[in-house]
Amino acid sequence: MDVKEVLLPGVGLRYEFVSHKGDRIGIIARRGGDFDVVLYDPADPDQARPVFRLTDEEADTVAQILGAPRIAERFTELTREVPGLEAGQVHIRPGGPFVDRPLGETRARTRTGASIVAIVRDEDVLASPGPAETLLAGDVLIVIGTEEGIGGVEQIVDKG
Amino acid sequence: MQISGALLFQLGALLAALAVLGAIARRFALSPIPLYLVAGLSLGNGGIWPVAAAGEFITTGAPIGIVLLLLTLGLEFSATEFASSLRHHLPSAGVDVVLNAAPGAAAGWLLGFDGVAVLSLAGVTYISSSGVIARLLEDLRRLGNRETPAVLSVLVLEDFAMAAYLPLFAVLASGGTWLEAVGGMIAAVGALFAAFAASYRWGHHVGRLVAHPDSEQLLLRVLGITLLVAALAEFLRASAAVGAFLVGLTLTGETADRARRVLGPLRDLFAAIFFLAIGLSVDPHELLPMLPVAVILAAVTAATKVATGIFAARRDGVARRGQLRAGTALIARGEFSLIIIGLVGTSVPGVAALATSYVFVMAIVGPLLARFAGGPSPEAVRAAQ
Repeated sequence: MDVKEVLLPGVGLRYEFVSHKGDRIGIIARRGGDFDVVLYDPADPDQARPVFRLTDEEADTVAQILGAPRIAERFTELTREVPGLEAGQVHIRPGGPFVDRPLGETRARTRTGASIVAIVRDEDVLASPGPAETLLAGDVLIVIGTEEGIGGVEQIVDKG
Repeated sequence: MQISGALLFQLGALLAALAVLGAIARRFALSPIPLYLVAGLSLGNGGIWPVAAAGEFITTGAPIGIVLLLLTLGLEFSATEFASSLRHHLPSAGVDVVLNAAPGAAAGWLLGFDGVAVLSLAGVTYISSSGVIARLLEDLRRLGNRETPAVLSVLVLEDFAMAAYLPLFAVLASGGTWLEAVGGMIAAVGALFAAFAASYRWGHHVGRLVAHPDSEQLLLRVLGITLLVAALAEFLRASAAVGAFLVGLTLTGETADRARRVLGPLRDLFAAIFFLAIGLSVDPHELLPMLPVAVILAAVTAATKVATGIFAARRDGVARRGQLRAGTALIARGEFSLIIIGLVGTSVPGVAALATSYVFVMAIVGPLLARFAGGPSPEAVRAAQ
């Protein structure tokens, strides 16, 4: 997607893009951390119509809501640069052998060579979780490794 | 310690009056600066309210107002934004100088003022008020508009031009020769680039010198250093304002952000006192004869600023209505024109009166024209739908 970035001296930055429906959307990132979201009138493409304004904290929350499902995709993009390396998602199903058990007990890396780089839990992302991190039903593990390695981790959390 | 009841009372009554005036101005989305000037006028020579006790405080506080205005301007300034503005809008800046300084200079020449006064009027009509305009763009919710980067770029370049103009002018105003003045200007611009380089390379060291988690410490350190540098600059006849601007430039990043927040209220207070002092220093009897000239000058320079805005916005590929919005947004003159008047002082009779009435007109007309030009506001459109 094509995002145009414009410097607003003394204010911050403005990002601008066109959505698939043809709406021209602008986001003003202020120096203070606040964000304004604006929409451009098709009749006068120079004039912005304010939609809403978010504080620093609100913007973080929105980013998490929109961003959590995309974490794995982003890792995929990242690993594309190393041949043979891949990223995958492994779901912890209710009733699985490691539900409510620490991550370290899976011994996933020792057994498969693949690394668990993040746990996505509801809207939160736990980056580089330690071995003491307890796994919960519904967690999604972001795994980086070879294709077999990721498959191995899936086997382990499903069947032990 | 002797507590002067008269001083406290007069100052308190003054600030309360300013609060009421400011609230009225904001109610109509206008700048409070003209009302502050009128308040100052009504206090001074031949005014209605004699305030002997507070008058002394106002005259001592005014230079601190100038220093704080320039310090916060420097804190806002960033080298990347300056470079980007320079890249995209150098021709706009050229048009800006030529179109807007010339009417002021011509008016001064026609009125038979001397060289210093002509130069001061050129500066007064050239420099737009970045404070008033930034607030205006925010109030009219135009920050997202396509023409806004052009407006802001022109303002950034004007602010930088001020840094060269002020020392040149300060030396001349204090009776120096042109040679000394140009020397002062070169020194100031050199110091400016040195400050840029220093903030780029060692900004974090300078930041560490003043940075402190405690707001009180931060305030005292930044203010102390700024006043020292301003005094040094004044001593070298390069204008305290430029010294303060330099300190603001050198501070960057997190420290600059926090310094801006801590100094904001102090700046607002002393800037108001500075505007009062300008009103105070002008004799109301001189003002009236200058008013017609000021109105003509205002009409001409409003038109030239609109032309500047249209030129700058067209460079960014903005359509007709946006160009007009950019032009009218730039009309307002304010604090910087008044700083120039403050430097002239009463050395040339008539100049301060002309320039004050000019700024008075422009600070009212600018926001009004900006509001009504360039089509209905987005809210009005939505309400009609």
